[in-house]
Amino acid sequence: MDNFIKIDNLSCGYAGAFSLGNINFTLPKGTFAGIIGPNGSGKTTLFRGIAGDIPLKSGSVNLNDANLSHLTNKQRAQKMAIVSQFPDIGDLTVEDYILLGRLPYRKPFQFFESEDDYSIAEKYMRLTNTYHLKDKPMRQLSGGEQQLAAIAQALTQEPELLLLDEPTSHLDITHQVQVLNLLQRLNHEMGLTVLMIIHDLNLASEYCDYLLMMKNGNLHCQGTPFDVLTYQNIEQVYGTLVITQINPNSGKPAVFLVSERMRQKVNQQNG
Amino acid sequence: MKKKYLSWLFFSLTLLAALIIAVIYSVSVGEVKISISDIPSILSSGDGMDYFILTKIRIPRVILAIAVGGSLGLTGAILQGIYRNPLVEPYTLGISGGASMGVTLVVIFGLYDAGMYALPLAGFVGALLTIFLVYTLGMKRGNLDINRMLLIGVMISFVTSSIIMFLMSVSTTDKLHGIVFWVMGSLDEPNTNLIRVIISISIIGLIASYLFARPLNALQLGQAKATHLGINASTSIQILFVIASLMAGACVSVAGVIGFVGLIIPHMARQIVGTDYRILLLSSFLGGGLFLVLSDIIARTIIAPSELPIGVITGMVGGVVFMVVLSNIRRKSKLS
Repeated sequence: MDNFIKIDNLSCGYAGAFSLGNINFTLPKGTFAGIIGPNGSGKTTLFRGIAGDIPLKSGSVNLNDANLSHLTNKQRAQKMAIVSQFPDIGDLTVEDYILLGRLPYRKPFQFFESEDDYSIAEKYMRLTNTYHLKDKPMRQLSGGEQQLAAIAQALTQEPELLLLDEPTSHLDITHQVQVLNLLQRLNHEMGLTVLMIIHDLNLASEYCDYLLMMKNGNLHCQGTPFDVLTYQNIEQVYGTLVITQINPNSGKPAVFLVSERMRQKVNQQNG
Repeated sequence: MKKKYLSWLFFSLTLLAALIIAVIYSVSVGEVKISISDIPSILSSGDGMDYFILTKIRIPRVILAIAVGGSLGLTGAILQGIYRNPLVEPYTLGISGGASMGVTLVVIFGLYDAGMYALPLAGFVGALLTIFLVYTLGMKRGNLDINRMLLIGVMISFVTSSIIMFLMSVSTTDKLHGIVFWVMGSLDEPNTNLIRVIISISIIGLIASYLFARPLNALQLGQAKATHLGINASTSIQILFVIASLMAGACVSVAGVIGFVGLIIPHMARQIVGTDYRILLLSSFLGGGLFLVLSDIIARTIIAPSELPIGVITGMVGGVVFMVVLSNIRRKSKLS
């Protein structure tokens, strides 16, 4: 189970443009992992490669020792669910939208949803606190509620791995914490393995137990938040001066930005 | 059984009932009035003037109306689904343009007399060529590029209509009349074999489209998400495109250019039953058939004994009804 996800020499990219170097990492089952890095560092490209959205140039993505590129779309959809940054919502009600997550389990020539499909959808709507919205059109939901519904849809796929592309980037802090707490709960209680792209280093530190830091299409470093979120690493990757300290409440590293004026002040005191 | 499925069943049966009533009325009206209560006895009598009118003229015509209207409504629903664009209809993709050009060429070069299949065949070949062009030019490095296909279709539409205008400007008056008459569309088709072909195509198309109801539903969330949900999105889109365009091509080559059905019928169906393709496909088919039967009744009776081209009615009536429906929906949603 130690090699639940095994990314082996993975390289992918766009013809004549950006391409990833060879990426290697493994994650045990039940990990809550985050991909961090500056804009243009290849986070999304790596994400798309793992999700199967773009063809791999080399290497492989293995889930439970099964090479994902050898599976059918349907088999893959039963193992791995993907929540993109701005989910397309169509013209659907919340319940119909979430029920689409059961498509990978539809038998050939099965025309209607089964009772099981409905009860599974209801279970995850309740878990994500979207059940009271079930008859509303998706369009009328707030951004945070849409994100929760997208996660509920992904959960009805009953995946072993949940991939999320910046699930909190356009949400206010209430919804950020709500979404991340939900993911944490799923991770703890259901043993769901979570891999997400996340911009906010402090949220990454607080919620993830493993971080992958990208720079220029390569994996700069990986490990626990303590190993990765050092001021040296951040300065090398982001080119920005920061101060890292331990959050006294959670015991996790916290990153503080340094303003120009503060830096001058510190320099004056030192010099 | 879920409430949703019951409402689907109810709506399908309502549409079917409306269609049957429209069909019965349609075969009774015309230059020779036939009382609805007499129809069963006329049909069982097996001869006479009224029997001839019913079986040789009106019933084939109403069947053609259902098949063509149904096919156009269905192809509209399919194409709007795979392009995720509410403005797409069978004719946006240049299929009618290609068919019209085929027919125009046949008329201009006087191949008109080559037999009763010459015009429909020319139309179908023209439509096939267009489909082939849109499809192959829409492929980009082995992948189907949906937006590119759409643009190519629109461009082919423009090019063919310019060529047709050029050909018309250099042709003689009698030929001009033939072209214009064909382009305006008509359900007057004396050849029962062609009607049989169109019926078969429309029924096969309806069944085939239902095999892809699941991909169509998933494609509402985009090609990438559909793939994430286990659908072979790209393959499904390609097969659906071929099904839809063959159906549309066959309709155009037999009935001429009957616009608007494929655009507004799926829209109206969506407003009533929602976006689930499992019901949307059937309602677009039945709705399209119903709409064309009603339009044909108007076209045949409004300036009787003359007859208006059916395309005039579908465009005018359809457009006005559509705008009324749309503004009602706006008002309702403002109130709620």
